[in-house]
Amino acid sequence: MDRIDKDLLNRMQKGFPLSGRPFLVLGRELGISEGEALERTARLKEEGYIRRIGGVFHTPGLGFYSTLVAARVVPEKLEGIAEQISGWRGVTHNYERDGDFNLWFTLTAQSEAEADAVLQEVAAAGGVEKLMKLPALRRFKVELNLFIE
Amino acid sequence: MDALTKKIVSALQGDIPLVREPYRQLARELGISEGELLERLSRMKSDGLLRRVAAVLRHRRVGFVANAMVAWRVPEEEVEDAGQAMASFPEASHVYRRPAFPDWPYNIYTMIHGTSREECEEVVEKMSSVTGIGDCVVLYSTREFKKTSMDYFEGGEGER
Repeated sequence: MDRIDKDLLNRMQKGFPLSGRPFLVLGRELGISEGEALERTARLKEEGYIRRIGGVFHTPGLGFYSTLVAARVVPEKLEGIAEQISGWRGVTHNYERDGDFNLWFTLTAQSEAEADAVLQEVAAAGGVEKLMKLPALRRFKVELNLFIE
Repeated sequence: MDALTKKIVSALQGDIPLVREPYRQLARELGISEGELLERLSRMKSDGLLRRVAAVLRHRRVGFVANAMVAWRVPEEEVEDAGQAMASFPEASHVYRRPAFPDWPYNIYTMIHGTSREECEEVVEKMSSVTGIGDCVVLYSTREFKKTSMDYFEGGEGER
């Protein structure tokens, strides 16, 4: 990646222009042509630096319930239970972490009741010792901007 | 939420097409004009449905290989100030207040992204000295089982 690639990534994380010609807007800002901005973006996507370019929605704004969940899972069962959890469409992030609670995942559902039903199934799986539902009570900051030097 | 809004969410929750006029192409697929799509998106933004249209990067691929979730135990009367102060760190994202439990007394969570664990730990120390909150646990992810974006209305296309 050269300097322009990095500037392009830093810029597009903050926002992709809501304009008829977004690559023209980006290109102007970075001092390159529309075609070059488009080509560079396609290459950065292809090379795996960009996961996706698209809408980042406010889950509660769309009427959905979402929560972080921490689970304490018997280590021998972790992999199987993690796989089962990942199978739910509403689970978007699922990580093993070191510590007392070793599995952390986010769950989005139509309602809290629907989320609870999923969690009841998870809890019923042998090997889940404890589940904590940790919904956001206040969001101080949501955006993630990885500044690439 | 009307049917068109749902269709727009479905169209935008995946990848936008990488062409010179991506919104024109999306609008055509939705059966509306480009102008109407752009107007709708602006309105969804001001209504708080859409945070932004943006690039989401692969952390590790761009060099942020250490990603720590830090859970802080903050006294009730300091939650607001500490939350704001933590949010001001550029290395931090997702600064949320969450419920505490008797055996898990942490109530503010931050995600910290760095190029190494040492770098994350330096940020944690800085946050701690700025806020005066010393009680925290740093939880690194050791395995990624799933990372995707939400398919809200089962209509998304492309890579998640």
